[in-house]
Amino acid sequence: MKAKKSLNFTLKVWRQKNNKSNGYFKTYKIYDISPDSSFLEMLDILNNNILLEKKEFPIAFDHDCREGICGMCSLYINGRAHGPENLATTCQLHMRNFCNDEIIYVEPWRAKSFPIIQDLIVDRSSLDRIMMSGGFISVGTFGHTIDGNLIPIAKSDADKAFDSASCIGCGACIATCKNKSAMLFVAAKISHLALLPQGKIERKKRVLDMVQKMDEEGFGSCTNTMACEIDCPKGISTENISFLNKEYITSFIR
Amino acid sequence: MKISYKIDSKIPVGSLNEKWHNYKSTLEVISPQNRKHLDIIIVGSGLAGASASSSLAELGYRVKVFCYQDSPRRAHSVAAQGGINAAKNYKGDNDSIDRLFYDTIKGGDYRSREANVYRLAEISSSIIDQCVAQGVPFARDYAGYLENRSFGGTKVSRTFYAKGQTGQQLLLASYSAMVRQIGKGRIIMYNRHEMMDLVVIDGVARGIITRNLVSGKLERHAAHTVIIASGGYSNVFFLSTNAMGSNASAIWRVHKKGAGFANPCYTQIHPTCIPIHGNFQSKLTLMSESLRNDGRIWVPKNIEDAINIRNGKQYTQNIPEKNRDYFLERKYPSFGNLVPRDIASRSAKERCDAGFGIENNDTMEGVFLDFYHSINFYGLEKSKELGITNPSEKQIKYYGKKILESKYGNLFHMYERITGDNPYDIPMKIYPAAHYTMGGLWVDYNLMSTIPGCYVIGEANFSDHGANRLGASALMQGLADGYFIIPYTISDYLSQFLNKNNTISTDHEEFKKSEKQVYNNILKILSKKGNISVDYIHKNLGHIMWKYVGMSRNKKGLYKAITKIKELKNIFWNNIFVPGNIQDGMNYELEKAIRIADFLELSELMAMDAVNRNESCGSHFREEYQTKDGESMRNDENYKYVSIWEYQQNKSIKEEIMHKENLIFNFVKLKTRSYV
Repeated sequence: MKAKKSLNFTLKVWRQKNNKSNGYFKTYKIYDISPDSSFLEMLDILNNNILLEKKEFPIAFDHDCREGICGMCSLYINGRAHGPENLATTCQLHMRNFCNDEIIYVEPWRAKSFPIIQDLIVDRSSLDRIMMSGGFISVGTFGHTIDGNLIPIAKSDADKAFDSASCIGCGACIATCKNKSAMLFVAAKISHLALLPQGKIERKKRVLDMVQKMDEEGFGSCTNTMACEIDCPKGISTENISFLNKEYITSFIR
Repeated sequence: MKISYKIDSKIPVGSLNEKWHNYKSTLEVISPQNRKHLDIIIVGSGLAGASASSSLAELGYRVKVFCYQDSPRRAHSVAAQGGINAAKNYKGDNDSIDRLFYDTIKGGDYRSREANVYRLAEISSSIIDQCVAQGVPFARDYAGYLENRSFGGTKVSRTFYAKGQTGQQLLLASYSAMVRQIGKGRIIMYNRHEMMDLVVIDGVARGIITRNLVSGKLERHAAHTVIIASGGYSNVFFLSTNAMGSNASAIWRVHKKGAGFANPCYTQIHPTCIPIHGNFQSKLTLMSESLRNDGRIWVPKNIEDAINIRNGKQYTQNIPEKNRDYFLERKYPSFGNLVPRDIASRSAKERCDAGFGIENNDTMEGVFLDFYHSINFYGLEKSKELGITNPSEKQIKYYGKKILESKYGNLFHMYERITGDNPYDIPMKIYPAAHYTMGGLWVDYNLMSTIPGCYVIGEANFSDHGANRLGASALMQGLADGYFIIPYTISDYLSQFLNKNNTISTDHEEFKKSEKQVYNNILKILSKKGNISVDYIHKNLGHIMWKYVGMSRNKKGLYKAITKIKELKNIFWNNIFVPGNIQDGMNYELEKAIRIADFLELSELMAMDAVNRNESCGSHFREEYQTKDGESMRNDENYKYVSIWEYQQNKSIKEEIMHKENLIFNFVKLKTRSYV
């Protein structure tokens, strides 16, 4: 196997001390990056350089599991949420997807409902608050429920519910939407629960409450641009949004 | 502060299947209207923390939950892939509570408590029912019933799953139960907060000191009881399957406040991780153990082939069947690729040490996980089902891939993202990595640590897995502790606070003292203006731990590790550089530094515990104690105990005192663990 050539990049990174100060792009050069490094590992290396120069704080960015499932990593890279690769979170994005000497722009999620905390870190607690308004089945947690097999569920329904449930709540759909709409996120949860028999009892109340909360939190409206689907790292389909719209309308009909 | 070390496991009397049932009837209960006067603190929001907090809040207690992530939904339980066990016998393969119990005890190499494990097996079925009711989209068969698969260390199909994202679905279910209670105001959630210390007043846990990771401010929180659900400490190895933020600080601070630390040396090494690719790697990614259901593990039989594969001179596909060594199937015919994790891991290591590793990395470590046979098998089966009499190779492959995709689609996708290889066409490359820690804070049958009022649940405690954890049992334990055990046992403890004015002010002297200590510790870290980064220390610690306290250990190596850890600790405390001041807000470097300071102490204890245990059991393999076939050799006569370490205030780690909880087996007969 040939040794893979290492890569050099110019990074334009958004630096912002906190929510009150103004942000700006700062340019950094970085050399000798392995194509097998993930984007976050490349930032680790950059941060180590910044740290040891002792002139400024390393760049703050969110990350945790680094295997594409926790939804904590964000980053708007070259104009796309989670960067150029489809169906990938930032931690799954590898430098082999970039060209040598490429200029890469790195920005935080941009949405009014996601205030910036520092540099590339934003506050996504608005998503938790939408969940609080109805993203659950109101069952007690004491195990006095019926046997799991007493609720048979068609395989196709279970599979569809699973696909909707695989949303990781990263917020890419919102960051990439020109209206900053949270429709895909909300629709995924609505679909997941409404597709299952257990979730059907509360479905009318749920959709009304969640949509209302989404509006209250300042998210925009959906205009079917479908950018959310393209940038969703988990491939959540905009069919969920159609489903949500249907749920919403039928919730008014008794 | 005085802690009396009476190791009383409080195991109820009676036969195994009556213990928990009878015991529950002896526990005190608190009437619904009184619960709202009682405060509970929960540290961590993973499966254990989220399930406990939603259950306790639903009962009516006032609950505060803390997590370091930006949302409780991001706890690392979310990354568990394969599944959750339950003795439902839905598949008619003669599964039962007794069998699940026995498999778990045996899998743990007889180093766990009978009563706890039995309770876990008993509760397992309720967990599935509960999760189904909460809307977890478990896999279903075409009739609409729950699907199962099998996992390492068992001969039955008892693992319930939701593709390769079972942990995510279970966590999101407990998270949704939790947000429901947050919405009602019964839980106050503190995101981006890290526990810095436990406050112990008159020998009883009464609160915690936290650091707000955004503002940097230290905060005090008082409660009637504190539950630690902060997960495991495998990040001590730097490269591990844990999330980057997973840390030991919460349990370590509790330990230093007097709680016994049990079996610290038991770290499970997971056999199927993606191998290391380079020096700057930050993290290892797990490929679920469930893949071993359909994947066959092999290395070339001839060393030249292995060398050529490593150098890219030979394609894997060109190696004929007769020149492949399916070493697990060869050595363990009855369990084959589904032997328990410790055995699969060591076997892979043994082959790689012998030079048969196939990965082109610095250490030449890696083995194949091959799906070719399954794709063929499933493709043929499906073709038959569709009435295709003479299916072409292309058709077989097409249908076979479809079936595999429905089972493990996201895992294959994840693998391709990371390595750039398509595992449907080329075998995966895997190698063992540090994964789950079975050691943790010692708890009694009530899940209470040696500090009264401080409970420990999930991976943070030591109780149910023994020296090794079978697959799909961690999710089970986290949820069992949180949903179905702690709500009962904690009310027994809390009942003593009724009818008394027993709230504690955060102005209490102990709170001030604890906060001051935390403050001084942070100041001390920030005052060193050296030239070494925290990551440098962490990586080096990881190297030491993996080399000497990893998959196999020996006495000489362990002593070497202790010396090297001490050297590293010196470097840390003299030459570390962390930017910023204490009044600054968010500071990732400082967060990491605080955690690594704790890891440096814990790692020494892990090595000490490993030195003490002169036997091989489960994940603890001491090279001096093995059979002539290279299998582990337990010493039940002398080491059938839980080692419990007691920290000596203001003394070094090497002066910790070890206590023993002898494990008594009344219902199972100890046998040599064999999977042949």
